Amino acid sequence: MFYRESGDFKTSYIQDQQIFPILQDRVFVTVIIAFAFLVVPFLINDYWEKSVLLPVLIWSLAAIGLNILTGYCGQVSLGTGGFMAVGAYASYKFTTAFPELNLFIVVLLSGGVTAMVGILFGLPSLRIKGFYLAVATLASQFFLVWLFNKVPWFYNYSASGQINAPERLIAGIAVTGPNAPPWATYLFCLVFVVVFALVAKNLTRGRFGRSWMAIRDMDIAAEIIGVAPLKAKLSAFSISSFYIGIAGALFFLVYLGAVEPTEAFGIDKSFLVLFMIIIGGLGSILGSFIGAAFMFLMPVLIKNILVNGLGWSPDIVAHLILMIVGGLIMFFLIVEPHGLAQLWRVTKEKLRLWPFPH
Amino acid sequence: MTPDFLNTIEVILNGLMAGVMYSLVALGFVLIFKASGIFNYAQGVMALFAALTLVGFQTGQIPFAHLVNEIFGTQIHHWGPGMNNLLAILLTILVMIVFAWLVEKLVLQHIVNQEPIILFMATIGLAFFMEGIGDLMWGADLKTLDVGIPSGGSFWWEDVTRTWVSEGHEYYGMYIDLLDVWAAGIAVLLVTVLTLFSQYTKTGRALRAVADDHQAALTVGISLRSIWVIVWSIAGIVALVAGIMWGSKSGVQFSLSLIALKALPVLILGGFTSIPGAIIGGLIIGVGEKLFEFWIGPLVGGATENWFAYVLALFFLMFRPQGLFGERIIERV
Repeated sequence: MFYRESGDFKTSYIQDQQIFPILQDRVFVTVIIAFAFLVVPFLINDYWEKSVLLPVLIWSLAAIGLNILTGYCGQVSLGTGGFMAVGAYASYKFTTAFPELNLFIVVLLSGGVTAMVGILFGLPSLRIKGFYLAVATLASQFFLVWLFNKVPWFYNYSASGQINAPERLIAGIAVTGPNAPPWATYLFCLVFVVVFALVAKNLTRGRFGRSWMAIRDMDIAAEIIGVAPLKAKLSAFSISSFYIGIAGALFFLVYLGAVEPTEAFGIDKSFLVLFMIIIGGLGSILGSFIGAAFMFLMPVLIKNILVNGLGWSPDIVAHLILMIVGGLIMFFLIVEPHGLAQLWRVTKEKLRLWPFPH
Repeated sequence: MTPDFLNTIEVILNGLMAGVMYSLVALGFVLIFKASGIFNYAQGVMALFAALTLVGFQTGQIPFAHLVNEIFGTQIHHWGPGMNNLLAILLTILVMIVFAWLVEKLVLQHIVNQEPIILFMATIGLAFFMEGIGDLMWGADLKTLDVGIPSGGSFWWEDVTRTWVSEGHEYYGMYIDLLDVWAAGIAVLLVTVLTLFSQYTKTGRALRAVADDHQAALTVGISLRSIWVIVWSIAGIVALVAGIMWGSKSGVQFSLSLIALKALPVLILGGFTSIPGAIIGGLIIGVGEKLFEFWIGPLVGGATENWFAYVLALFFLMFRPQGLFGERIIERV
């Protein structure tokens, strides 16, 4: 009855082109962002920061990145873990080599480095398609993780082979390191996620996004109508890697604080992000958020219920979670191959007609 | 012959053997891809599951004992002394056939017309599900698998090769694992049987018809669903063979399922649709990564086997995007 385009009159082109054309959407998004910025920092505590909010924010960013490449441009990548490692190690090198550098700039630069690496590993996509490309991206995953394990320069010759995030301040408040207050790390991540989610939303409905989707839907036809595959594919690879690199840098600097490449950025992370965008919805920014939250929080919830509630042993619960995750993925693909975001689209359609059935 | 030269030969031989092991896994992929166009990521986990089930039957474990103990507080583990190898293998084959039927019934049937990528994702989900259920059924601890295949170094081969070295050099002979030799023999047998089956039996002909063209096969009255069950059963049996070989070599545990990842470059190198491609791709990858590790590995810090296979496959793909033996990709608008 209330949620619909009709009746929401626009009198200028600027209004017609805004990101959220429906008034209720704008209000809703504004309220959410205001809540996240103004209310949550006062309520947040250590548990919520470390086990819920930070990982969900960071995985959402990674999911948006992969969604740009896989959901919008149709190039399946299994190298997400490797690209996150590039972001993490780039941020480590930048922040240790230039301790005075502002952390925002460090993270953005790491994204830039990852984008370069992404272009390099995206080059085969011009010749290889489909499953062949998916397997080829595994080369980047395994090669990059191996590289960060074997070349001491990347981890500053530390004895353990680990990298540790040094304490860095922004406006006098620690954002990384053990002394960082929860609200500071949370706000730091939130700024990146909000800004880049809006950028992604805008990108995907502009010229870039349309050329990606044309390539995804049928690359030969897209080429014939004048979309340059080289430009479209490589831009998708670089922008996607930029996002994933930022997510990797935040994952290391703010969330984990110390990482070891094989464990933190293994192939399982690549699959995790892929599941997030499948369950959330391929080709949907909203879906990236829903998918990341769902895939990260569902196991935590099951674990809490079974281990803490029923007192089962953790390793049995871990296997059960694997089963449930696998089962859910199949279930979703059967029932709703377009992901959770599609449920929202369907609801939207229904709301437009409500209260009339047709 | 100098020891260096002999060492290189040893590396190549061991590479060939390792390649055969990769091919065994890749074979299951190719079978399913040809018949149903599904890129079955779960093949590696199927091998793990088959091996776990086999060990479970051999030692007489009770399925889901851990889970039952956890819920009801009981202390059950084994129902008896176990059974002999042949019976256990037959029972495992039965389990794999039931599994194939369930997969078709519960999953594939519902997503048959989806895009290939959706089907691929579904098999990743299947892989996770099986990994969980395999561990829940039989426990996650490392198990040893022994079905009576000899293993260990071959002394005869060591003695023979020791005489090859030229005068004045010290050389201790080549090491070749008997298990690998057996695996190579079994792989040859398996491929022969599969080829004969698909060439000379009615079901085999139906399989090839479905692989050629789904719709044409349907119009001449071939039941796609039963063919899929058959193909998944055969892939399950191939997975069992791979599981037995890999399980005897390095024990049955979670890492066994990771061989699927190693089979992927073999597949794209050989081409998704070619059984000889899977074999030759496996051999190239096996020899390639062993030689690279032998020559270049020490210079760059070792452990190059983790990624070399993928880079090698990528390099080949640059020149032949459909793999060495794959069908030519023809795209139409």
